[in-house]
Amino acid sequence: MTATPGATPTIVLVGHGMVGQRFLEALAERGLTATHRVVVLCEEPRPAYDRVQLTSYFSGRTPEDLSLTDMEFIKEHGIELYVGDPAESVDRASRTVTARSGQAFGYDTLVLATGSFPFVPPVPHKDAEGCFVYRTIEDLLAIEEYAKSRARVGAVVGGGLLGLEAAGALKGLGLDAHIVEFAPRLMPVQVDEGGGAALLRTIEGMGLSVHTGVGTQEIVVGEDGAVTGMKLSDGSELAVDMVVFSAGVRPRDQLARDCGLTVGERGGITVDERCRTVTDPHVFAIGECALASDGRVYGLVAPGYEQAQTAAAAIAADEADPLTFTGADLSTKLKLLGVDVASFGDAHGTAEDCLDVVYSDSRAGLYKKLVIGRDGTLLGGVLVGDAEAYGTLRALTGSVPPVSPESLVLPAGAGSGAQLGPSALPDEAVICSCHNVSKGTIRGAVTEHRCTTVPEVKKCTKAGTGCGSCVKVLGQLVTAELEASGVEVDKGLCGCFAQTREELYEIVHALRVSSYRELLDRHGREGARGGDGCEVCKPAVASVIASLAPTIGASGYVLDGEQAALQDTNDHFLANLQKNGSYSVVPRIPGGEIAPEKLIVIGEIARDFGLYTKITGGQRIDMFGARVEQLPLIWARLVDAGFESGHAYGKSLRTVKSCVGQTWCRYGVQDSVRMAIDLELRYRGLRSPHKLKSAVSGCARECAEAQSKDFGVIATSSGWNLYVGGNGGATPRHADLLAQDLSDAELIRLIDRFLMFYIRTADRLERTSTWLERIPGGLEHVRDVVVDDSLGICAELEELMAAHVAHYRDEWAETVNDPERLARFVSFVNAPDTPDPVVSFVPERDQMKPDLPLLAIGRRPLEDALEGSAQR
Amino acid sequence: MTLAPETTGLKLQLQLEEDWFTVCDLHLLAPGRGVAALLPDGRQVALFRDREDRLYGIGNLDPFTGAAVLSRGLTGTHQGRPFVASPLLKQRFDLETGQCLDDEAVRVETYEVRAR
Ligand code: SRM
Ligand SMILES: Cc1cc2nc3c(=O)[nH]c(=O)nc-3n(C[C@H](O)[C@H](O)[C@H](O)COP(=O)(O)OP(=O)(O)OC[C@H]3O[C@@H](n4cnc5c(N)ncnc54)[C@H](O)[C@@H]3O)c2cc1C
Ligand code: SF4
Ligand code: FES
Repeated sequence: MTATPGATPTIVLVGHGMVGQRFLEALAERGLTATHRVVVLCEEPRPAYDRVQLTSYFSGRTPEDLSLTDMEFIKEHGIELYVGDPAESVDRASRTVTARSGQAFGYDTLVLATGSFPFVPPVPHKDAEGCFVYRTIEDLLAIEEYAKSRARVGAVVGGGLLGLEAAGALKGLGLDAHIVEFAPRLMPVQVDEGGGAALLRTIEGMGLSVHTGVGTQEIVVGEDGAVTGMKLSDGSELAVDMVVFSAGVRPRDQLARDCGLTVGERGGITVDERCRTVTDPHVFAIGECALASDGRVYGLVAPGYEQAQTAAAAIAADEADPLTFTGADLSTKLKLLGVDVASFGDAHGTAEDCLDVVYSDSRAGLYKKLVIGRDGTLLGGVLVGDAEAYGTLRALTGSVPPVSPESLVLPAGAGSGAQLGPSALPDEAVICSCHNVSKGTIRGAVTEHRCTTVPEVKKCTKAGTGCGSCVKVLGQLVTAELEASGVEVDKGLCGCFAQTREELYEIVHALRVSSYRELLDRHGREGARGGDGCEVCKPAVASVIASLAPTIGASGYVLDGEQAALQDTNDHFLANLQKNGSYSVVPRIPGGEIAPEKLIVIGEIARDFGLYTKITGGQRIDMFGARVEQLPLIWARLVDAGFESGHAYGKSLRTVKSCVGQTWCRYGVQDSVRMAIDLELRYRGLRSPHKLKSAVSGCARECAEAQSKDFGVIATSSGWNLYVGGNGGATPRHADLLAQDLSDAELIRLIDRFLMFYIRTADRLERTSTWLERIPGGLEHVRDVVVDDSLGICAELEELMAAHVAHYRDEWAETVNDPERLARFVSFVNAPDTPDPVVSFVPERDQMKPDLPLLAIGRRPLEDALEGSAQR
Repeated sequence: MTLAPETTGLKLQLQLEEDWFTVCDLHLLAPGRGVAALLPDGRQVALFRDREDRLYGIGNLDPFTGAAVLSRGLTGTHQGRPFVASPLLKQRFDLETGQCLDDEAVRVETYEVRAR
């Protein structure tokens, strides 16, 4: 079948990847889907998805989350999408494409968007079992399956952007990960030598082993043909169970070669400035398979999107808007968890007479370089360790920054002063380079199109919907613009309350509201009154009521009456929910000190109930795998032996860790264990906006890591130093010194005030660290309030804490002694003796773990299908 | 969905094909807090009661994790419609239709529930 004159002209798109999908959108935007028949041949078993965010699959995003294809859009525009049916041949003479299924499609215009394939170096056994590439969702499913079932050590061949992502993923899957890079540094394309060195330290600090300057010579396989190791060019050998090749990509141009289209020497379908192939005016090539008119093949999504729009404009024969593609920027920001790496513009300083401004702190893994032109224009740069300024700097590229380049690279607080916010950017500055959206367009979305939230602006302008690296700056711009135009930014807690958590706290406190329903019906938003609230405000209000319980006359037991219905499942069952529906049990072990007798009791209980036991990062013991109906039985025995709830489930005090201190340690200057126990017993059960952690160290060597805690105490020869606002977790923060050389009584009084001030003024789920950084005045203000009593509220704060301490009762003791309260601990209301069959375990390393395949059966069908296909 | 008049001694029932299957005493279901029930064929149902005493039944299996936990989620109202948020990864499900509010491709089964 060929296109006959007079019939609807046909556009055939080969390849439904990121760029293909963007091309379809561009066709629709130009109205071409109404005048053309559009046929799409998609090779993969699913329509276009977000390849850039592929790695986020390992942090919980499902294949569906990654989808870029709105089926409504496909339907609405009458697009014929053939999934799982690749093009096999093109006959340019008769203008026909034949798909694997045998279907043939005549075309007037053919658009090739076939992307790239991962390059696998021709080493022996490169196809052995346990060798993978990293390109598609199917690849990731296969890697996950193999890593979970039979691998402990993995290697990634290639230390570029994708290689690092792949290595991060292997590590995330619990493997020891090696990176083998032929070049002398990591990310050789994006960063320079100095950046590579800083990056190396950070990556190694994350526990990944890096081998640079060596090639892979051979994959070693065992008798069963599966990978057991790899031989490197320096003669060494690594023992690994799996290998992921990430040694670059090559354009998929075979289809084009076979039909006689010109391709470049090193691959890529040669096109002109309008993305038309130089061989055949009826054929276009876009995305990673195209060799652009500047002689480059672009391996990034932003240039591909630009090409998609260029091709659509050319097909529309839009002479008013003759888009051309003549080259693009290679800015990138690495999304690997915990490491910030970005490069933008002329990162290597290739322009004539340019100079570098460099800030480097190798101990902290920081390296920042800006390339500046002779006239002061910012040309590009490299950021390693702190890419906070990436969005702003990238947008400034090509202009002369309003402040000195030095002040742009110096870290905050290092005498720089000049913190350049997005408000300093000119309107032409490109904020989102994936979709080429300028600051002016974003401001227009707010002022003219009346967008009031980031999601609305994203929808309206497409900004932020590519790699996501501009979303932060986008948020700042939207807020600034809304405030400038006098629109009130909604700071309400959720859809039910227009107040912040702090304001609700004041209402509950002042009006003594002890019922959520009353609060909602009287103080909720108009439309939410009389309703059932939501999952955001219910636990937040429950926490406020619990913190103030003795003062406002509410029940101190968090599961009494209405309060029971407000708690997250963890608080509701006084235990932590695990992935298969079982719970974990964490008794309090104050200060980490435990007598052998109690240790034996824990061992016996865990053995008798068949629980998985683990020493936690908080100096205590967690027992996992308890069924709901077992919780009261377990706790009856724990309570009997003198244990109390550890509140591992609550937004409340967790542990106060301690070092062994003066009693045993030759350096100790105070009894840190005693102080830790005192603090833990004083603040146990205190409900707060987020969890609270503490530690006490017996001397400045700081073995208890007190400076990473919400409130940390370090002994001095004359008393205690109190640090506040420390945090571990994803964004660690060192605590700030609040006061020095305190006596026991002074220390406790200050902590009382500090905690109550935090509980009163923090947002929901705001740790002390973020709170301290957010509140106006920061540490100085907090010091004024809690040390110098500048607001005159210290007496009240102390009273609130005294009431908490006086009313504390152990939640588990209160529960196991009350048959009515025990009634909820069943899997089934109509079959109290039947355990939930989904809670099932299989053995692992002398203990047990959840039966994961069983869980997979319950998951939604699409994922099952995928998991099936992953078993190659 | 049915209204449950404020009388004691009522039983919570669930429609299975033609018959009504009696689950438990109505008072065991507190407003805003779900319970799970086991059906004769091994299926699990999550049952809820809202503050107006309307009753709802949906499948208990969380389609995102495979765990049988929807009965343990927090309930609420979103744009006038009742929902439960999974306690594991927090996706919300409409209690009347079973539709997932955070992913239009996902839906759990629903059951007719009444108090008698
Ligand atoms: C069990 C434990 C891991 C272990 O096996 O060692 C653990 C387990 C969990 N942590 Fe943790 N954390 C544990 C110590 C830590 C530590 C180390 C410490 O406390 O010294 C940290 C870093 C210190 C910190 O918090 O600043 C830590 C930082 C986090 C964070 C990040 C917090 C942040 O502010 O960034 C989360 C996420 C959150 O809370 O939002 C988290 C969340 C969780 C949750 C609650 C995740 C969840 O919702 O399921 C896990 C509950 C498991 C369970 O059911 O028991 N866990 N977690 C540790 C329990 C300590 C204890 O005895 O109570
Ligand atoms: C893990 C990972 C992380 C990345 N991170 C970034 C990043 O941070 N920033 C960035 O800019 N870029 C990133 N990229 C690169 C980015 O994904 C690509 O530049 C982009 O996907 C290119 O789009 P494309 O449509 O040209 O190719 P693809 O998205 O690869 O799509 C091509 C499609 O064509 C199909 N196809 C091939 N041959 C045929 C045929 N004969 N018939 C039918 N279909 C066919 C393929 O199966 C494929 O689905 C990343 C890539 C990966 C793999
Ligand atoms: S225990 Fe902590 S670090 Fe480990 S998976 Fe759970 S939250 Fe993450
Ligand atoms: S820069 Fe990639 S989404 Fe905006």
